[in-house]
Amino acid sequence: MAITTVPGIRSEPGRPAPSYPARSQRTSLGRKVRDNLTGHAFLIGAVVCFAVFSWYPMILGVVMSFQRTRRGETTWVGWDNYLRILDDPSFWTAWRNTFSFTLLALLLGYAVPFFVAILLNEFRHAKGYLRILVYLPVMLPPASALFLFKFYAYDPSEAGLFNAILSALHLPTSQWMQSPQMTMPAMVIASTWMNMGGAVLIYLAALQNIPGELYEAAELDGAGIWRRIVNVTIPQTRLILALLAMLQIVATMQFFVEPLILANGAGAEDSATSVAYLIYQHGFFQNDLNGAAALGVIMLVVLAGFSAVYLRLSAKQD
Amino acid sequence: MAQDSGTRTLISQAQLRRGRGRFVYWTLLTVVVVGFTLVFLGPLYWMVTGALKSGQEIAQTPPSLFPKDPQPQNYVDAWNNLALAKLLFNTFYYAAGALVFQLVLDTAAAYALSKLRPVLGNVILAMMLATLMIPAMVLIVPQYVTVIDLPILHINLLDSPFAIWLPLVANAFNIFLLKRFFDSIPEELMAAALMDGASPLRTLWSIILPMSRPILGVVSIFAVTAVWKDFLWPKLVMPSPETRTVSVGIYAFSGGTPMNVVIAASVIAAIPTVVIFLIFQRNIMSGLTTGSLKG
Repeated sequence: MAITTVPGIRSEPGRPAPSYPARSQRTSLGRKVRDNLTGHAFLIGAVVCFAVFSWYPMILGVVMSFQRTRRGETTWVGWDNYLRILDDPSFWTAWRNTFSFTLLALLLGYAVPFFVAILLNEFRHAKGYLRILVYLPVMLPPASALFLFKFYAYDPSEAGLFNAILSALHLPTSQWMQSPQMTMPAMVIASTWMNMGGAVLIYLAALQNIPGELYEAAELDGAGIWRRIVNVTIPQTRLILALLAMLQIVATMQFFVEPLILANGAGAEDSATSVAYLIYQHGFFQNDLNGAAALGVIMLVVLAGFSAVYLRLSAKQD
Repeated sequence: MAQDSGTRTLISQAQLRRGRGRFVYWTLLTVVVVGFTLVFLGPLYWMVTGALKSGQEIAQTPPSLFPKDPQPQNYVDAWNNLALAKLLFNTFYYAAGALVFQLVLDTAAAYALSKLRPVLGNVILAMMLATLMIPAMVLIVPQYVTVIDLPILHINLLDSPFAIWLPLVANAFNIFLLKRFFDSIPEELMAAALMDGASPLRTLWSIILPMSRPILGVVSIFAVTAVWKDFLWPKLVMPSPETRTVSVGIYAFSGGTPMNVVIAASVIAAIPTVVIFLIFQRNIMSGLTTGSLKG
């Protein structure tokens, strides 16, 4: 999609752009708002929505985590909510599950789309068809896709799709969601199938921006296909690779529908409980919105800490 | 797509045309086309035909590839027993409203931030973009508490479509996409409109919006599909059976309904987004890459 611009006309750098209406530099804030009523009227709707549904809840989340509301009465309780949450045996299970889900999803859902994109980028035929196929699952409502996996693919008898394939290949079948060991891989497979299309398309766009001369030069220097991937493709797409790794980790650490639908929540021997699911449990089943808010703050701190470490590491590499 | 056959990629054209390269290329292409069809389309085939099988047929081993005795009754049962018409209507209503609210309020705000130079515009923009860093799950509890008792007004929005529409307006990604697009429209056009005596609203309507059709299309498609795919938020703020979305409704019934009927309902629920995708796939794919790449 081309960004429309008028060729030949460019705004000169030092020249201030015209504004509605022209205002002087020395007027007060209130005067500025009054002079540019239209501008502020245009902005106000979105700003109110951000204020009420985004900025205010951010503060409220932290405030709530230090309060306790019982029978309509709210009191400050210090770190009580955090201590209660840490005391819950599910807390550590949920974090362990969340980390293993994130790690598995990264191994499967990060490398696979990259190589799929490299492969698709080489094809001169059926390009449109393959792109549509890869992205199709992304458009399904997750609940629909997960019911498909739950009832038809992960059926523990040999009537299930996966077990039927495994037994046709004379491989051992699996109990899938009913086995605590298989719960996590099964959720990661479903989640990767549902979500990888977006990453593939973004990588494809990045691959198309790599100048062909780089590959030509590498080939002249005698670099084989693998060397060309390592020395040209990966360095040229490094920024987008780093960005998507970050986004994927933050997204997968919040996984929620997979345990809820595939594993009915906690799963066999608590093997599916995620931190997000625990927030939901505390907030909406155990009537403990304050504890859930504390858990949310803990999650925010972990994700922010993780992002900081990641940014530091990737900055060092540059 | 921008790539034409002349663009050099990892492997050169010449190599692909020569004897062995040609053979490898066509073999690989066939394997990938067949493999991808099985992996990505296969489960959907399984879903649509599985929902046509009877209870006994779905439990038999090995499973049958085609339904022996197709039971369209499963789809009829899904439609009637789960009140799918009502659920689909609700979801459609929420999606349409979300589309209108986002288009009007986010476009207006992005336009103001890009062209009208409001007081503290940059600070507001930064605060909006900062919300992209906050994971959705972290905000779910305080957002819910806000919605059941709005600050100052003390209104409870549970079961009201505004509980879905208004929080979606606070979408920094939309603002970012739209503002960046508006930024690329030359100031000279604005100046010319101003000289002709056009008001800011008139300039937006007659000059900016017609130029912005592609980006408005992208924002619209994502607004609609986001509502259709969302699960947890509508589950929380639309607790009554009459106001549920289709995904939440199917989930609510999934416990006590035969699984073939649940799958039939899931197929029906997926049809609208799949149709949207097949119609608008070009816009969706280009929107996906503009949004993420050329920052």
